[in-house]
Amino acid sequence: MAYDTIIEDGIDILVVGAGLGGTGAAWEARFWGQDKKIVIAEKANIDRSGAVAQGLYAINCYMGTRWGENNPEDHVRYARIDLMGLVREDLLFDMARHVDSTVHQFEEWGLPIMKNPETGHYLREGRWQIMIHGESYKPIVAEAAKKSADKVFNRICVTHLLMDESKPNRAAGAVGFNVRTGNYHVFKSKTVICGAGGASNIFKPRSTGEGAGRTWYAPWSSASAYGLMIDAGAKMTQMENRIVLARFKDGYGPVGAYFLHLKTYTQNGLGEEYESKWFPELQKMVGKEYLDPEASHLTHRPIPTCLRNHALISEVKAGRGPIHMVTMQAFQDPHLEEVGWENFLGMTVGQAVLWAATDVDPKNENPELTTSEPYVMGSHATCSGAWCSGPEDVSPSDYFWGYNRMTTVEGLFGAGDAVGGTPHAFSSGSFTEGRLAAKAACKYIDDGKAEGIVVSAAQIERRGKEIYKPLEHYRIYRNAVVAGSVNPHFINPQQGLDRLQKLMDEYCGGYTVGYMTNEKLLNICLKKLRIMEEDLENLAAQDIHELLRAWELKHRHRAAECVTQHTLYRKETRWPGYYYRGDAMKVDDANWHVLTVSRRDPETGGYTMEKAPCYHLVSDGE
Amino acid sequence: MPTFVYMTRCDGCGHCVDICPSDIMHIDPTYRRAYNIEPNMCWECYSCVKACPQNAIDVRGYADFAPLGHSVRVDRDERKGTIAWRIKFRDGTEKNFLSPITTKPWGTAIPKLADVPAPSKEMRDGQLLYNEPKYIRLDDGGLRTLEDAGLKLKKGVYY
Ligand SMILES: Cc1cc2nc3c(=O)[nH]c(=O)nc-3n(C[C@H](O)[C@H](O)[C@H](O)COP(=O)(O)OP(=O)(O)OC[C@H]3O[C@@H](n4cnc5c(N)ncnc54)[C@H](O)[C@@H]3O)c2cc1C
Ligand code: SF4
Ligand code: SF4
Repeated sequence: MAYDTIIEDGIDILVVGAGLGGTGAAWEARFWGQDKKIVIAEKANIDRSGAVAQGLYAINCYMGTRWGENNPEDHVRYARIDLMGLVREDLLFDMARHVDSTVHQFEEWGLPIMKNPETGHYLREGRWQIMIHGESYKPIVAEAAKKSADKVFNRICVTHLLMDESKPNRAAGAVGFNVRTGNYHVFKSKTVICGAGGASNIFKPRSTGEGAGRTWYAPWSSASAYGLMIDAGAKMTQMENRIVLARFKDGYGPVGAYFLHLKTYTQNGLGEEYESKWFPELQKMVGKEYLDPEASHLTHRPIPTCLRNHALISEVKAGRGPIHMVTMQAFQDPHLEEVGWENFLGMTVGQAVLWAATDVDPKNENPELTTSEPYVMGSHATCSGAWCSGPEDVSPSDYFWGYNRMTTVEGLFGAGDAVGGTPHAFSSGSFTEGRLAAKAACKYIDDGKAEGIVVSAAQIERRGKEIYKPLEHYRIYRNAVVAGSVNPHFINPQQGLDRLQKLMDEYCGGYTVGYMTNEKLLNICLKKLRIMEEDLENLAAQDIHELLRAWELKHRHRAAECVTQHTLYRKETRWPGYYYRGDAMKVDDANWHVLTVSRRDPETGGYTMEKAPCYHLVSDGE
Repeated sequence: MPTFVYMTRCDGCGHCVDICPSDIMHIDPTYRRAYNIEPNMCWECYSCVKACPQNAIDVRGYADFAPLGHSVRVDRDERKGTIAWRIKFRDGTEKNFLSPITTKPWGTAIPKLADVPAPSKEMRDGQLLYNEPKYIRLDDGGLRTLEDAGLKLKKGVYY
């Protein structure tokens, strides 16, 4: 290849992916490692990368302990019930007890946080959410990370982690390529903090053609955090817990501020309230423990997000769609109308574009809602990700192996979407997790755990060849046919993505099958994914931009495989409304009140599945 | 589209190429002006639109569900610390919004942690992060523990 190889050696902490988790990691690493070399490798431009590129209108995780609003244990209870019992309470508690300090820092850095004029406290959107003018959220946290890092490498698509050859199962850095110059980049590092984000576009998106990019989670959320960690042999957890979101139709505008602050509500096509009528039947499926509308009403205990989806999906299936968000009342108040619009302008501009294009003014017309295709991520109302160690003072021994947020691969840490079992971390919690991981990574190095790392030239060369193979493949075979995109020797990344989305949709429970799957379908899914993996060896990229898409596809494919393995293993429908196992519809607490954990053997590609105990550290009750 | 570039306004400066998180704003080699090479991978995030000094980039809603005849324009002013939006509906209705984007001048409010006093050994061995516990409550009070909450580790709860 004509590209240069650029080696950055002697790195102590390599941050892969600088979204909310990665920027938090880089920032904090400098405090605990003032003498350490901290380097960031980011696929896009750190100033506007990741899920928060457009901004956000709320910080969804803030305790307000200083005002006596909530304590960390309250948040654990909330996230636990929302995830139908299955979370890592040690990680959740740990994130929650630190998250306020992160938010207070944001305010000092200039992030405009709205205030309640009566109390002087941050203006609450809901019990856990506070409202911000967050258009510049990402540039602000990026500035903090840039102030701490020795070097920021933008436009590097990281493809693989490097592994230490002197000690099995230890990380030693990462490799990737620059999507502008094409150069091969090698980062030799004592530790790696993976913050490469969650996965959109694994399942067939609701929109087609041009609109395929209007997904809820950013189209550049390429499952890289999962692809990188799974390939390195890290154990993963809760990968079956993909999330489906109720959103404004087509634009995917979030509904949080609408429900919580504007106090809007939903109704079916006949103008009726529909949610509650699905609950008695659903209660038989999930048990009173997880759905008790009366108790919820009395104690303000939330109804799990997935169960509310179930009601929406069922009502539409029953032929009483469309589901509407009743905005016409709230929007008569000019202040609330402004909040409603600015909410999108600062976070999901596409929704405003859509309403302008279709002449939908929510003041005069109630807009439609829908459910999205499934996404895989670890920080929203969902918790897929790596199986990580918790902090020493909170975690039971099964959950603790020395360094906070370290995966089961030594020296490899996670933050944000990368970490499994910590739902409802959102932006502030992801940044906080990055901080926690950075401190632990410094300790790991100071304890001498990263001594004697060996990375051979052979490993570097092997990965280099692998990275550029799609370009090479294209060069060799492009002249076998006259012209066009149809070639018997290869598929291109878009064709591969279409195949992945179709098979995940149809076999693993996407929206066209009503999120329904079963053992037989999942086994077919795995078979097709295996064959697809063979075809991915014949992926062709005609330029470096397509090479980026090729590696995004490979990471998505790997994550999809893991999702399918987990969904097959958990023989129950733990989260109806996210997905259904048609052959095991009921929640089965006797056998499945456990966390599922997988490991893919990097040599053989085989998966080992296990059940891990789900410890409840925080007692019930308020 | 969804983003597109007006031929007569673009001068090929490359700011949009530099910022697009999806790597889809590219400079056309013939015209030396920018364009969106992969509309189906565009999120309409407006990062490029906000970055363009010539106001050359605009957005046309996705063809598979958005009719023509609308516009959503933006002006982000770092100096003033504001962002202004103008929404034009298909039927001509117009709405304008203005929000703050920061409360501090850019580049001034964030400290360099390399310059703050190094943490002590106790801090390293404890659970606190930078500026904690001060930053948790911004006054006194420590880091929350399970004991504070009157909780004990409930070991062995395995169903
Ligand atoms: C529309 C929307 C609304 C939301 N609303 C809210 C809200 O109101 N409040 C809230 O608190 N949270 C909200 N969230 C959630 C929040 O954005 C996420 O929880 C958070 O951003 C996750 O952080 P992360 O660091 O894990 O991932 P990200 O922030 O997505 O960062 C991942 C980073 O990794 C980079 N990367 C990816 N692949 C590679 C690779 N191969 N090599 C190198 N770099 C790579 C990406 O470019 C990116 O910079 C919202 C999200 C969306 C999409
Ligand atoms: S930022 Fe604007 S002027 Fe510069 S290349 Fe892009 S479209 Fe053209
Ligand atoms: S709107 Fe966003 S994704 Fe689309 S071209 Fe501009 S910067 Fe890229």
